[in-house]
Parts: sequence; C-alpha cells; structure tokens
Amino acid sequence: MKIGYTSIFAGLFLGMGVLLAQPQDDEKTSYLQQLVEVDQCVACHIEEEALPEGLHENDIHLREGLSCAGCHGGDPTSDDMDIAMDPARGYIGIPDKQEVPSFCGKCHSDIRFMRRFRPQVETDQEVQYYTSRHGRLLKAGDTKVAVCTDCHTSHAVFPASDPRSSVYPTNVPETCKRCHSDSDYMAEYKIPTDQYEKFAESVHGVALLKKKDVGSPACNDCHGNHGALPPGVTSIGQVCGNCHINNLQYFQKTKMAEEFKKMDLHDCIECHGYHAVPPTNDEMVGVGEQSTCIDCHDEGDEGYKAAVEIRAMLRNLTTAIDSANTLKKQIQIIGMDDLDIEYLLKDAHQQLIHARTVIHTFDPKQVEEKTKTGLDRAKEAIQLALEEIEEYHRRRKGFLFATLFTTLLIIGLFIKLRQIESEQKEDAHRREP
Amino acid sequence: MKSNMVKKVYNWLDERYDLTPLIEFARHKKVPVHEHTIWYYMGGVTLFLFLIQIFTGILLSMYYQPGPDSSYESLRFLLTKVRFGWLIRSIHSWSANLMIFFAFVHMFSTFFTRAYKKPRELTWVTGFILLSLSMAFGFSGYLLPWNELAFFATKVGTEIVGAVPVVGPIIMKVLRGGSDVTGATIYRFYAIHITLLPALFMLVLALHLVFVQKHGMSEPEHLANLPESRKKYIPFFPNFLLRDLILWLIVFDILVFLAVYYPWELGLKADPFAPAPAGIRPEWYFMFMFQTLKLLPGHILFIEGEVLGILIFMVGGLLWMLVPFWALKGRPDQRIQPMEFIGVVVLIYIGVMTILGYAL
Repeated sequence: MKIGYTSIFAGLFLGMGVLLAQPQDDEKTSYLQQLVEVDQCVACHIEEEALPEGLHENDIHLREGLSCAGCHGGDPTSDDMDIAMDPARGYIGIPDKQEVPSFCGKCHSDIRFMRRFRPQVETDQEVQYYTSRHGRLLKAGDTKVAVCTDCHTSHAVFPASDPRSSVYPTNVPETCKRCHSDSDYMAEYKIPTDQYEKFAESVHGVALLKKKDVGSPACNDCHGNHGALPPGVTSIGQVCGNCHINNLQYFQKTKMAEEFKKMDLHDCIECHGYHAVPPTNDEMVGVGEQSTCIDCHDEGDEGYKAAVEIRAMLRNLTTAIDSANTLKKQIQIIGMDDLDIEYLLKDAHQQLIHARTVIHTFDPKQVEEKTKTGLDRAKEAIQLALEEIEEYHRRRKGFLFATLFTTLLIIGLFIKLRQIESEQKEDAHRREP
Repeated sequence: MKSNMVKKVYNWLDERYDLTPLIEFARHKKVPVHEHTIWYYMGGVTLFLFLIQIFTGILLSMYYQPGPDSSYESLRFLLTKVRFGWLIRSIHSWSANLMIFFAFVHMFSTFFTRAYKKPRELTWVTGFILLSLSMAFGFSGYLLPWNELAFFATKVGTEIVGAVPVVGPIIMKVLRGGSDVTGATIYRFYAIHITLLPALFMLVLALHLVFVQKHGMSEPEHLANLPESRKKYIPFFPNFLLRDLILWLIVFDILVFLAVYYPWELGLKADPFAPAPAGIRPEWYFMFMFQTLKLLPGHILFIEGEVLGILIFMVGGLLWMLVPFWALKGRPDQRIQPMEFIGVVVLIYIGVMTILGYAL
C-alpha cells in the first residue's frame, strides 16, 4: 500500500491537534483530578454527582490544594461515609448562616496561617464584619443579612483582583444589587432599593460598568468592604476626598464648610448628589437653570455674585480654548505649524482643570488666577494660529517673485529661438540657387 | 584654451566610446512640422515631470520616516519646520498628478494619430506600461502621509484588488502585509514606491526612449505620403529642444503656481479604529474605474457585479495595451474610422464616469 504525502501531512496535523488539545483538557480538571487521588470526599461526590452547586474548578481554595475537609472538617482519607463525615473527626458539614463569619475566619483571621499564602494579607475581615451593619444585625439574630459567602460565593471564590470574582470592581455593584435592589427582600429594613439604578446612570457607574474603568469607585469604595456602613454626615466629605483630594481640601477651608456643619448639611453631596452623581459641567456653577448655587443663594447675596463671576470666568476661558482649537484644526489641515499651538492649548486646558478644582474655594479671586493664566495661553495660541494662517497666504506673494525669474528665462529662450530660426532661414535662403 | 580642453576630453571619449555616430545622429535628428506637431511635446513634458518627481522624491526621503507613529509626524515636521519643505512636498504631489495627466494626453494623442502602428508597436506597449507604473506610483504614494483619507482610500483600493478572482485575496494580503491596512502596509508601500517602482520605471522608460529614437517621430498618414520636398521639418537640436525647454518652463511655472496656491493638505492623522469619514474617494485617475464598480449592481447573472467589473477592466486594459496588434482598419472613404470611434467612446466613458464620481 502506498502512503501519499497528503496522508502523511493529514496524519501529522491530526497528531499535532490531539497533542495541542490534550494539555487544555488536563488543565481544566487538574485541581479536582489531583484531589480525587487523595481526597475521598471529592471522589465520592463526583461519583454521586453531588458536587456543590456553582463549584468552579479554579476556585482559589481548590487551587491552593484546600480540600472539602479543609473547611467542612471530617476525614477525607476514608471512603466510608460514616467515618469520613463523623463529627468526632471534626466534621462540621454546612455551617449555619450565623456561623459563616467564624467558619471562614478560622483561617482568614489567623495571620500565622494566612501569611504563608501572601505575607501582606489582611486578617481583620471578621473583626471588621462585626462592626458593619450586616455583622451587627447578624449578631442580633437576623440571618437575612449578607455573610462572607453571599458576596464571595461558597465554591467559586477568586481573589478580588480576578475579573471572574464576584467582588471584582466591575462586579461589585451586581453583587450588592442582588439584595439591595430587591424591594421585597429589603422591605423590612426601610431603606431605598434604587441605589443600583441611580449608580449605573451616574458618572461613576458609567465609567465603571460601561467603560470598565476599574479606577472608578464601586459600592465598597465609599461604603467599605467588610465593615460596610453608610458614610456618616461627618465622613462623607472624606469619602469623596479619597479620590477628589484637592476639591475636598479647598472646600474644607471655606466659610461654607463651617456653615454646612452648623446646618447639618452633607458636604459634597449637597451639590453633586450621591448614588446618582451626574457628570459635572460648568453650568452647575452660576445662576442658570442647571446651577446648584441658586439652591441656597438668592440674587444680591455674596454667594450669588461669586457664582455669576466664576461662571463668567469659566465661560471666557472655555470659549477662548474652543476658538483656538478650531483654528488649530484648520492649521493642521492646511499643513501649517500647529505644534506650539498644541502646547499652549494643553497648558490652557490644564489651567481650566485647575480653575474647575479651585471653584471649591468659592472665591472668584482664586479662580481668576487660574482662568487668567489659561486665557493668556489660549490667546497666545489664537495669535500664533492667525500668524500661521497669514504666513500661509504670504507664501502666495512669494510665488510672484519666483515666477518672475522663470518668466524672464522663458522670454530669453524664446528670443534665442527666434534668433536661431531667422539665422537658419537666412542661411537656407543664401544657399538657394 | 577652454574649447581646446573640451575638444581634448571629447577626443579622449570618442576614441574609446565612438561618440561621433551619436553626435551625428543627434545633429541630423529632425522633427516633422504639421498641424499635430503640438502632441510631440506631451511625452517630453511627462518626462520632465518624472524628473521633478525624482528630484523632489529624493528630498522628501531625507525627512520622511515610514511607520504608523512616524509617517504623519515626520511629514508634519517637514511641512512645518523645514524651510520650503511644504513647497517640495506640494510640488511632489502636484507633479505626480500632472505627470499622469500628461501621460494620458500623450497616450490618447498617440492613439488618435495612430502612431502606434508598425514599426512602433512596442513603443506603444512600453508607454502603456509606463502609464500603469505611474498609476501604481500614485496609489502607493497616496498612503504614505498616513492621513485619514489616504488610510481609508487604501483600504478600499486594496479591497478592490482583493476582489479579483483567484489571485486577488493573496495579492491583497501581500500588498497590505497582513489582513488589514496597518503599519506593515506603510513599510511595503514605501519600499514599493521608492525602490521597486522606480527601478521598473527606469528600465521601461529606457526601452521606450530607445524605441522612440530608433524610429523617430511618427508622421501622420497624410504627411507620410507626401513627397519629401513638400514636407516640413525642424532640426531637433536646437529648435525642437528649445521649444521643449520653453514648454517645460511654462509647465514648471504652472506647477509652482498650483503648489503655492493650492498646497496639498496634510489632513488629519489616520485612526484605524475611527469610522470612515465622508468623501472617501480615490485619486482622480482611478475615479472612472471606482465609479463604474460603484454603479454596477450586486450581481450580474451568476457573477458578483464588482468581480465582473474588475474582470472587464483587466481585459479592457490588456486589449488597450495590445491595440497595435488588433487595430481595425477602416476604408479610406469611411467618415468615421473604427479606431477613432473606439477612442472617442473610451474617452467619453472615462470623462463621464470621472465627472459622475465627483458629482454623485
């Protein structure tokens, strides 16, 4: 029998395919398969098709070699169910909900045990938990509240930095939503259940959930993780200030901050809201329809005047930047020099960002320092752009001088040609008999 | 003393390379004078514009750095920071367009004066190849600034190449350096533009010029049949050459005028992830083909409209290149000669489709 080259190649391809496919299958079942050899709980539960619901083969506990008995106790070496699940051998089974924090805490609160996995690991989750609303209610006997497994799951646990984790930043709102958006479930607590909807539409929510920007805060960044509590009146500014540090510092030095305290007002959220924080815009300052200043200030008072002044400054700067940008684009298209204009505009824009931060001083003079510098840069950019456009047109005049030379050359050549041809004619005429 | 020195050098060269026959050939070279003499200048103008392309191209290559992060930037630097860089780039772009324009004029004038006939068949074929190479120069050069329009036009252009049956997808992949227009495409378009095409062009151009010198200027039929005494000629040196020079200078003036008053824009940098901007169209010399493909229905009988269009253009191009070998002969008494008729139809078709391309 002859074996053609095609068959050899086909065979090789198939062989390679099998070889390439093999390790992937191995990897998929490896953690469980490894445990089957040494752990009778896994062996039996696989055989009985009674593996826990939602078990993920890459669950961090499994991956680290922690078998069922590591949490649930018992004797995993015995294939006799009565021996393996004997309470005398430490078998706990499924813990009551109230026991879950200490159940997980057995390891997670023990730094001597935990640091073998990660030296800088935190082990205060259980302590923090019992300071939280959830923990306090649990202690009081309320088993509806969230415990470790409600947020982290039981058998699909991943580090919070793993996108598959239920507590990965972009998944946190969904995790909290499971209880907090369920109006029936939450009815007895008498708290709103629209936080998720509001958050999803907010500037933070859009960044986190739609743009997948994990730098944007999720629920736990403001409310805390294990010690979750609603931020109190005094701490709300600090919460926002964790990220918006300059805004907070400017605000804290103002007269308004003192007044807020006296009036029991909640710092940042009075103007910006909380779950439904909208994207900020310059219209929020001033006395227009979208202004938040006029919620408290009336025409004629000092704050009203400051709002008008600050709004005008911002408007002047943004208009100048817009004009310069339009000219810059025009210059870019006609192929003139826009590099310096770009630098000036970047600077102007930076000043605008500063000015928008300094707004939180509510002091027109401080805002003006920034807007004035920005305005100067934008005006320089506009001037430079106009010069470039002028230079573009000046080049045309240069053409007239350049063409004068070639035109003279053309005339010169033409005269020479005529001269040669008339000489040739005379020559021919002379030669004619 | 100076002329003595020149004479010495000449003699030295002549002794070794036998220059005298060449000089004699040039001295006796003559050009017929008649009502169609003007068309003789078109080839020369095209050649002059090609020389400008070489000169400005060399200058541009001193600053241009191909690459997705450097093509646009280096050109912007050239246009904004290098003295007269903008002028050189604008002349290069305008001269490219004028060169192709004059090449078309030269080709159609040759066609209508039937200068392609025996013994000049290969002069016509090499001329057609030169025009095709010029268009390839235009296509490859268009992408090099890596601006929005160039990027998308190249994407569409290479897609059309990809629609050619059987070999199309492979050619498209080779041209693009991958499955899409990327930085790899710039590198290979640049290499094609400054090495492969110039080498091929020079070779074919050399053949074309040798053929022209060998056969001399073609005389229109009615003039060729006249007795020698009634024909009018002017010497090539210096009469025709001086006229050539004057015309070249005029064209140069027009070129600089266009470059200064209508400088080629740099546009906005290409963003492969941005949606295609409105008004994506090829260079004007590809417009008639592009417009035809746009107007063809999706399917014609069992074949895709676009594929059929491409096939027709390929066959049409081949037939056009081989015109000298199949040209139809009309009877002398016929008012409209068949080849004239074909030429006019082709010319009208190209004109109408080009206008439609810009109007629609």
